[in-house]
Amino acid sequence: MYKYSDFDEAFVRERAAQFRGQVERRLSGALTEDEFRPLRLMNGLYLQLHAYMLRVAIPYGTLRADQMRQLAHIAETWDKGYGHFTTRQNIQFNWPKLPDVPDIIDALADVQMHAIQTSGNTIRNVTTDAFAGAAADEIADPRPVAELIRQWSTDHAEFQFLPRKFKIAITGSADDRAVIRAHDVGLQIVEKDGETGLRVFVGGGLGRTPMVGQELRAFLPKADLLPYLEAIVSTYNLMGRRDNKYKARIKITVFENGIDAFRAATEEEFARIRPSFEGVDQAMLREIEAQFALPDFEAAPVEFYERALEVDPLFRAWAGQNLTAHRRADHAIVTVSLKAHGQTPGDASASQMRVLADIAERYGYGELRISHEQNVVLPHLRKADLPAIHAQLLRAGLATANVGLLSDIIACPGMDYCALATARSIPVAQELATHFRKIGLEEEIGALKIKISGCINACGHHHVGHIGILGLDRAGVENYQITLGGDAGPATTIGERAGPGFAYDEVVPAIERILRAYLALRSDRAESFIEAFRRLGPAPFKEALYGEARDAA
Amino acid sequence: MSRKFTPKVVTANDLRMGDVVYMTAAGSWTRDHAEAELIEDEAHGELRLLAALGQPGIVVGPYLAEARAGANGPEPVHFREVFRTRGPSNYPHGKQEAAHV
Repeated sequence: MYKYSDFDEAFVRERAAQFRGQVERRLSGALTEDEFRPLRLMNGLYLQLHAYMLRVAIPYGTLRADQMRQLAHIAETWDKGYGHFTTRQNIQFNWPKLPDVPDIIDALADVQMHAIQTSGNTIRNVTTDAFAGAAADEIADPRPVAELIRQWSTDHAEFQFLPRKFKIAITGSADDRAVIRAHDVGLQIVEKDGETGLRVFVGGGLGRTPMVGQELRAFLPKADLLPYLEAIVSTYNLMGRRDNKYKARIKITVFENGIDAFRAATEEEFARIRPSFEGVDQAMLREIEAQFALPDFEAAPVEFYERALEVDPLFRAWAGQNLTAHRRADHAIVTVSLKAHGQTPGDASASQMRVLADIAERYGYGELRISHEQNVVLPHLRKADLPAIHAQLLRAGLATANVGLLSDIIACPGMDYCALATARSIPVAQELATHFRKIGLEEEIGALKIKISGCINACGHHHVGHIGILGLDRAGVENYQITLGGDAGPATTIGERAGPGFAYDEVVPAIERILRAYLALRSDRAESFIEAFRRLGPAPFKEALYGEARDAA
Repeated sequence: MSRKFTPKVVTANDLRMGDVVYMTAAGSWTRDHAEAELIEDEAHGELRLLAALGQPGIVVGPYLAEARAGANGPEPVHFREVFRTRGPSNYPHGKQEAAHV
């Protein structure tokens, strides 16, 4: 895994010292809030509804065991004993006090972490497939390229004041697990005639104007990546709108100018700057790639694992739901659900973080990942160790066997924390999970992605949920719009709004009506909700949602 | 024609702690919504907001929030302001942690 160079170390320490001085000047009154605000945002510090919130970057969702332990230490020392993992593979602390934040930043720097560029109109944390480097189906590990992009974009002088924030995601697998087409730039590692390159998408994004990214280049040679990215962001920096915050993202730039005009401008800039990239970036990439070498996998017999599957129904249920095929047959990728029924999606207590760090260190070559679906991934575990690991997870409340099921919900913090939110998200997720477990339908319903946002900015990815829920403020009352048919996979689809919204206490019954209609209409148990929706269209589900009310009216 | 002025309180977040505070009639800051000054006159409200904006070393982002008279003092009107008097709904953190709500 990547370790900081001397340059990284010096840069992060310098930024930490600068921020300590900025906080001191704010507290002494030397800086006004207007002066301080952009400085704190550059360091990931927000002021939310009830408290400050610190957003810490977890580059491409990759964590070492010692880093996870330090996050636990921070949660216990300066926060309320837990952290919240986000759809951008970051972690947020919800309760820091301003005078403590410089100490937190120092503690992060001690384990090569920081909160730089987790806010502001800059290039944000590069996200990727949580199974990167481990998945059986990938062409190449996307993380070395993600790390190269991190180094290139961090403190990039030209890109600190973009028209708006800028998010890049990369996948090494055709089965996109990083929602790349919902990003400003999406990259997919592809192969052509034995050469590795990148398929480049631009102009995707959710928020108030959801758009699916369009292909800018079908095949970009790997060596051209940084100059090409630089050309894209430079083009956007000049062409993007600054007159209207809601029209400032690159998706609007691409939409208003057309993909062909945007491509022509990008290609022209690319041709101009390409000669100035003389291969230093490629030399750096090779050094980075060496640091992402796979661990020395230890072979282990799988008989014990297979025996446990036979005799232990709890283990079997968990393994059936939470394991993914590893590149080695005697290993598995484990997704640890942070979605225990009734708990807050994405939250982990400090003690849970330590259990995960211990498991990663003892069994998992020291590696952890955070998925954009707000779970923790242990990417390299020997199947032989899984029964013991499962037992440890059980004791820590981390063995919920629900990955990919109804209760594996993405939910933004919503109005329980966020100053921008228009309604709550978390309690809706909690009630959906507990309700469907209580009525015993979760397993029967099977694969389903519900995603909940507490405002139009769509941090909860509701547009790409099979069922999306958007919380709004309608005349001083929480109201929830339902969208149907979205998809976050390779065939990225924006869901369509079903109709009028529902009051807070009507949401769970509304979702139940949709899902009972699905159970009645599916061709067989193998047809998932989204497959049935694609076959039948929205009409029967809208009928289930509104028919009753219409009849009563 | 301007709309009829509805009662307000001045609220903000504490600079150091980040938590929610309200301005009292004496011009000090309280954590308790019921101890806030209920402002029933628009011009007075603007003056109180100016007074709050003049204390950047104590509070951040002061604004006028709708409120109404209650049995024990001013009460919030909008659900967002109700949440601000309590804290999040998923953990007993924030103001609800303390005894006074």
